[in-house]
Amino acid sequence: MSDTSKTVKSDPATTGKVTDGEGVVEEQDTVAPADDPTAAPVTVVDPRLLVREEGLKGYVTEFKRKVKGGELGSLPVVIGLIVIWTIFQFQNDRFLSADNLSQISYFLSATGMLAIGLVFVLLLGEIDLSVGSVSGLASTLFAVLAVNQGVSAWLALALAVLTGIAIGALHGWFFAKVGVPAFVVTLAGFLGWNGVMLWLLGDSGTINIPSDEGPVRLLGQSSFFMDQAIIGAYILAGLAVTLSLVGNFGEQRRRRAAGVPFRPTSEILLRVGALALASFAAAAVLNNASGVSNALVIFLAALVIVDFVLRRTTYGRQVFAVGGGIEAARRAGINVPMVRITVFAISGGFAAVGGMFFAGQTASATLSAGGGNTLMLAIAAAVIGGTSLFGGRGSVWSALLGMLVIQSIQTGLNLLNMNTSIQYMITGAVLLGAVVIDSVSRKSQKAAGRA
Amino acid sequence: MVHVSATPVLALRGVSKRFGAVQALTDVDLEVHAGEVVALVGDNGAGKSTLVKTIAGVHPIDDGVIEWQGNPVKINKPHDAQGLGVATVYQDLALCDNLDVVGNLYLGRELLHRGVIDEVTMEKNSRELLSTLSIRIPSVRIPIASLSGGQRQVVAIARALIGDPKLVILDEPTAALGVEQTAQVLDLVERLRERDLAVILISHNMADVKAVADTVAVLRLGKNNGSFPVKDTSHEEIIAAITGATDNAVTRRAERRTTEAAK
Ligand SMILES: Nc1ncnc2c1ncn2[C@@H]1O[C@H](COP(=O)(O)OP(=O)(O)OP(=O)(O)O)[C@@H](O)[C@H]1O
Ligand SMILES: [Mg+2]
Repeated sequence: MSDTSKTVKSDPATTGKVTDGEGVVEEQDTVAPADDPTAAPVTVVDPRLLVREEGLKGYVTEFKRKVKGGELGSLPVVIGLIVIWTIFQFQNDRFLSADNLSQISYFLSATGMLAIGLVFVLLLGEIDLSVGSVSGLASTLFAVLAVNQGVSAWLALALAVLTGIAIGALHGWFFAKVGVPAFVVTLAGFLGWNGVMLWLLGDSGTINIPSDEGPVRLLGQSSFFMDQAIIGAYILAGLAVTLSLVGNFGEQRRRRAAGVPFRPTSEILLRVGALALASFAAAAVLNNASGVSNALVIFLAALVIVDFVLRRTTYGRQVFAVGGGIEAARRAGINVPMVRITVFAISGGFAAVGGMFFAGQTASATLSAGGGNTLMLAIAAAVIGGTSLFGGRGSVWSALLGMLVIQSIQTGLNLLNMNTSIQYMITGAVLLGAVVIDSVSRKSQKAAGRA
Repeated sequence: MVHVSATPVLALRGVSKRFGAVQALTDVDLEVHAGEVVALVGDNGAGKSTLVKTIAGVHPIDDGVIEWQGNPVKINKPHDAQGLGVATVYQDLALCDNLDVVGNLYLGRELLHRGVIDEVTMEKNSRELLSTLSIRIPSVRIPIASLSGGQRQVVAIARALIGDPKLVILDEPTAALGVEQTAQVLDLVERLRERDLAVILISHNMADVKAVADTVAVLRLGKNNGSFPVKDTSHEEIIAAITGATDNAVTRRAERRTTEAAK
């Protein structure tokens, strides 16, 4: 989804026409030879550029070249997911059952929310180690306000999220204005906010939140989109497909009108077809269980909105620019400290929202909220999904893809009754694997002149 | 040939700038007209970059007057200069490697269509701009990281032109380039002149200066040391002005030759 890079590449061994990544032959600039400006313009075709052949074969060769050039995109995740699902299915044939897949889809949304915020931070090439603690603090704050103080649940939710945003902005301020490395600021936050949470919980240790109303009910395990109506899931899938169709063809029309390369209809149909297949299959599976959980719907909506912000708005462009070159961003008039502070604020905000999701899962605020490996899993999700640790490259969809992997592993291991020690070891290994892939693909991107 | 308009686009009158104990510029005068390429030359530390930075608003001047199209103006921050129509290409290009050519050209001034980045119009305009400048780039949608040094340089110059400037300042644009790429950039400078822009070109390379400039302004130790029309000034005269006419490495060397010849 984030693949804004197009596919023309220099390769001394090949000759041909030029195409751009969207599969359209780009007309070449016509240039008069430099020594004789009056000469008739000749079409300049740089013989070192690669062509994409027409048709299916073109896709295959281009795909191979992308992989060689280190532009792996979501390929490793998809392969990883298939491998993981196959292994678990062989170990326990309940793994791919509708109920279990529905469980995975519900539980991935909480950590997924944290991962969305982390994608922003990673795009800057920074890290936020405090998201786990902030999520725990937010859920505790919510419980204290809503249960102990009797504040209305939605107001408590708003206050908890605002607190998360403020905490993130504070981290960002120390990083952007004072110049403390983000790693250290957020490490301090990791410890400090966890301390605040423990202090708030005091001696009681756990606050139970009534789960029959308000946000906690909405985010709970038994709250489903359109009250489990079969049509609900299909409406969502249809919405996704329609939006994608309208968007793609609208873009094609505008591009054609402006005379710039556009995506051919066959490619659009292929892409939308794949999306339709995936989303309707998912809808059918979830309907087989009990429907689409509201937590998942909110998570998906957040992904769509954030993806739009990152790719289509000036602010998103600024985030990418700061991640790709601070000096260039500064000279272009981008307010770098502002971008940094807001990105950390966004990360804090999503951490707080994630905390509310955790509260919805357990209907309580506990001493262990946001602790353990929450932070690790969120970082792992973003990186496994394909967002680079080195900044400037990535997409929020990696939060979804990465969480699918992580949650599958967790649920699968639970199903096999593996104990926590094994879970930690396996998750650690997967994170390491993702980072290795990220580093290696960055290296080969450098070799291919793309980093 | 140059048709020089009466009022200069930019005129510096008695500009001085000091950094602590260093008097970087003393009473410097400079004029640039539309459709004119002024080469700014001088030895290392002569104050060329400092002069350019005062025009670009990086360092405000201490003394003197900057006139823009005949009117005195204050340039205190880069934004002021951009507002007037000054575009500066610094030697360290500073492009975002992860963004594509269009993204870099429009960075910081993206076109919007109902509040959303208008990629289509930006791409269309970029292609038009690059082709009127005869810039050859594989595609406007590849990331900057995959371009060569020369291609990056022309993208950086093209970027300066997006905001429709009246004055373009190039700080050593050919310093790091090969023969072919240098020729490309010099072609581009000529095309800027054809579009009636005023150009200030800093270069240490006399061949480049003689090839494209109309006027050579020499700085020496932060002061004006002559301004010459390129076509009737010899290489040696310019060198003499750069190094200090009476006694310098170049004249000493010439003298040594003649005395050796006399023996
Ligand atoms: N920010 C600064 N602070 C203090 N002194 C400075 C600063 N910038 C430049 N100078 C001084 O001003 C003088 C002129 O420097 P400047 O960079 O303008 O030279 P230049 O002509 O561009 O040289 P070069 O050909 O090496 O690029 C030098 O003595 C330099 O040390
Ligand atoms: Mg300099």
